[in-house]
Amino acid sequence: MATDTMTNQHVAAHGGHEEHHDMTGLKMYGFWIYLMSDLIIFGSLFATYAVLHNGTAGGPTSKELFELDFVLIETFLLLFSSFTYGMAVLAMNKDRLAQVKGWLAVTFLFGAGFVGMEIYEFHHLIQEGFGPDRSGFLSSFFGLVGTHGLHVSFGLLWMLVMFIQLFTKGLTEKTRPRILCLSLFWHFLDIVWICVFTFVYLMGVL
Amino acid sequence: MSTSTSHDGGSHGSVKSYVMGLILSIVLTVIPFGMVMNGGFDETAVIVTIVIMAVLQVLLQLILFMHMNLKTQEGRDSGSFVFFTAVILTLIIGGTVWIMYHLNINLM
Repeated sequence: MATDTMTNQHVAAHGGHEEHHDMTGLKMYGFWIYLMSDLIIFGSLFATYAVLHNGTAGGPTSKELFELDFVLIETFLLLFSSFTYGMAVLAMNKDRLAQVKGWLAVTFLFGAGFVGMEIYEFHHLIQEGFGPDRSGFLSSFFGLVGTHGLHVSFGLLWMLVMFIQLFTKGLTEKTRPRILCLSLFWHFLDIVWICVFTFVYLMGVL
Repeated sequence: MSTSTSHDGGSHGSVKSYVMGLILSIVLTVIPFGMVMNGGFDETAVIVTIVIMAVLQVLLQLILFMHMNLKTQEGRDSGSFVFFTAVILTLIIGGTVWIMYHLNINLM
């Protein structure tokens, strides 16, 4: 998973650089292990949701609550942000710092739009009296979708930190692996959202 | 850093692979959405279709966005870990749903 530049460097280089290449690979591998343990958390929440889905306790069912048009826009915001982050990584591989910052800014806006829409949706539901305390179904729904939203929010925070580091440090051997790890995190959250979209929202209205 | 980034190998992605990933993801999102919104289809057929499309989109994004591959050593290392996690997830989710479903039948 090392960057192309790292590879080139190691080809062009004296021995010392090989270490950096290996370090990036090791960091990425470690981050994959973190992501997979995070996936187990999401898997448990999906299982909980599947079990509690019909436990509405006389409250609203998923069919009555979900507005698919709204959720489709959320899905596209996250998908586009995943794509624009990819563009940022490509720009980084070409050492174009200004482009990296630009694409990260676009990614941040898409991500913030997603979180904003989710907060609006949650606020709306709670206002109507359909908060997580209403039924087992709503508890597991807020638990699953809320955990994902929290992850995206922390991804945004991480992105802000990367902005600051890009302005103060630029693209260095320390900041590059961080941007790559964040890219994995960001794409991972989009993949989890595909499952939320399909198994919670689409199947919820069938 | 060095300027010779010309031999951008397939595993690290290119504008083309990201655009392809984006377009295919849009298609794989819009088709299930359209099927569910339209109604009029057999429910089992809808469920099977949207699950298949979700799985396809997950694989697509793993390969095109997260650059999962079996060609490099690094790709195989993380790939085998993803596979292992998939097995664990199947046990957790499948086992939970199986047990709780039967508990529901026997106690209701």
